[in-house]
Amino acid sequence: MPAEAGAAGAPATTRFRPPPWLATAALLLPSYAWLTLAVLLPLGTMFAFSFLEATPLGNRPVEWTLRHYRAFHDQPYLLGVAWTSLSIGLWTTAICAVVGFATALALVRATAGRSRETLLILLLLPFWTNGLVRVFSWTMVIRGGGFLDVAARSVWPDAPSLGFLYTQPAIVLGLVHGYLPYMVLTCYIALLAIDDAVIEAAMSLGARWPTILFRILVPLAMPGLVTGAILIFVPVIGAFMEPRILGGRVGVTMGTVIEDQFTQAFNWPLGSALAFTMLAVVLGVFATFSGVLRRTAQA
Amino acid sequence: MTAVDVTAVAKSYGTTTVLSDITQTFGEGTFTSLLGPSGSGKTTLLRIVAGFVKPDAGVVRIGERDVTDVPVWSRNIGMVFQSYALFPHMSVAQNVGFGLGRRGIRGAKAKAEVERALEMVRLPGYGDRYPRQLSGGQQQRVALARAIVIRPDVLLLDEPLSALDRRLRQEMQVELLRIQRESGLTTIFVTHDQEEALTLSDSVAILDRGRIVQVGRPAEVYERPKTRFAAEFLGDANFLTGTVRGGAVEIADSMIATEGPLPVEGSQATIAVRPEKIAIDGAEAMPAAPDEPTNRLRAKVLSVIYSGTSLTYLLRSGELSLKVFAQNSLGRPLDSGTDVVLSWAPRHSVVLAD
Repeated sequence: MPAEAGAAGAPATTRFRPPPWLATAALLLPSYAWLTLAVLLPLGTMFAFSFLEATPLGNRPVEWTLRHYRAFHDQPYLLGVAWTSLSIGLWTTAICAVVGFATALALVRATAGRSRETLLILLLLPFWTNGLVRVFSWTMVIRGGGFLDVAARSVWPDAPSLGFLYTQPAIVLGLVHGYLPYMVLTCYIALLAIDDAVIEAAMSLGARWPTILFRILVPLAMPGLVTGAILIFVPVIGAFMEPRILGGRVGVTMGTVIEDQFTQAFNWPLGSALAFTMLAVVLGVFATFSGVLRRTAQA
Repeated sequence: MTAVDVTAVAKSYGTTTVLSDITQTFGEGTFTSLLGPSGSGKTTLLRIVAGFVKPDAGVVRIGERDVTDVPVWSRNIGMVFQSYALFPHMSVAQNVGFGLGRRGIRGAKAKAEVERALEMVRLPGYGDRYPRQLSGGQQQRVALARAIVIRPDVLLLDEPLSALDRRLRQEMQVELLRIQRESGLTTIFVTHDQEEALTLSDSVAILDRGRIVQVGRPAEVYERPKTRFAAEFLGDANFLTGTVRGGAVEIADSMIATEGPLPVEGSQATIAVRPEKIAIDGAEAMPAAPDEPTNRLRAKVLSVIYSGTSLTYLLRSGELSLKVFAQNSLGRPLDSGTDVVLSWAPRHSVVLAD
């Protein structure tokens, strides 16, 4: 920028030159226009809705209120729902972290070339299947008398039912299945960047596998783990399809409550107020920990 | 301080033989270079000693202990890698202290050891820095400190200087030699840089296609190469092939005298002559050789490569192409097309085995 300004101010230049800010603005315009259209406009509309007394349909007068932001105070059962969502989010993220990291490590350390690419694509398959089909197929497996029970009873005829459909673990299972690829991908990229010689150096200094894993690989792949955790945790605490289908009666989460406000109760203002409250909490958490995250990501 | 013995070691990947029947002793406290072109198996041999590669056959002994089936982490080796391989998320002190921690040495004792090692590589007070804050040469010193602080039985260096620029490399060569002498560690050094190998080593082993073709002191290997490959890979050489006749080799109508045994009368023999061993004179000035019998060869200058302190002449003698290095002491290189006489002592005509 300073160079640009210096050239424009040179006495020899008589031709008109647009001010530097104009070029910057012109270059940024398409992306900001898109952001406005795709993100800011709909979000802004929903944000405005959250301050309305009731859904603005028919001839109802438009009245403004902050009432919906008191929902957690007025309806204490929502705190329990929030806790359920949080616990599902933490479990899903933790299981994805362990399984995803192990999978990525196996991919990076034990395979090469063609077989590695094929395996990676197979791992990403859940991404490409329809979410509804993916979730419903689990109900076939884990319901009482489902495939899981059939398999168990083929080994031990008197086995008690292993079905755990309509429980919190069932919800977590469905979510892990859907979101695991994020963690595998981010960890895969982070692990791929680690020089083999670094691991060999640790071995030559007397480190065995557990030491290499926890002192070298996990710290070095931390940026991938953190990115994967964010990519998974945020959508999972708002998920409503998996809790509804796999959770049944226990599957009441922030996601389903918000969805109910839009599709069943037709209370859009409350729905959007709850959604923005969740967004604020998530952003608040990330703002608090961003320092820690940045430090681990740099190390 | 321990000797390393490699006995009848072989390794192949699929149908590709990487090493075949290597037997070599790396004496206690010596500095041995494994020198060879890429694909000669020098790195594989080093990795077998380190334990990263398991040999198909043969025995590796570090000191009295047979380590053939011992995993890397319990071999007590110090290794320095080409890419330094420092742990990027650890400070210099943590890097150097890593191996000590694995040996149960922690706290004040470890701290003192780390300080001592950093002093040895001339980086005292750098403990709190991170690898990314150091230059390439400094990172290399940290890698060296990390390898020697654990008092390994053997120090393995895998082309540790090749990533450094020329000036820094020469500086590090001196440092490396000093540290090796001070620590007295048995050292195996893999390199493809022949000058580096000659400068640093007590002993040079030349590898070609999975075999050690010659081992010896640097001067011995350089002055008396056994094979064409050894002569070519270590330095420059002129190769003259002729027929053995009356205790000499007949090449381009000249009889070339040699030292050492010749093949049987009438058979073909190849001799190697180092380019700097050949004197170059004008054709009219045939110097008489009073005491020493001198080999002489008429030749014509084809071209001269001028590089300041020295001159490289490319010459032709009959069917033979020759190369001669000369000091630029007169400041007047010979013109191309000049007829000259080349002369050298018989002991510089080295008879090759193949």
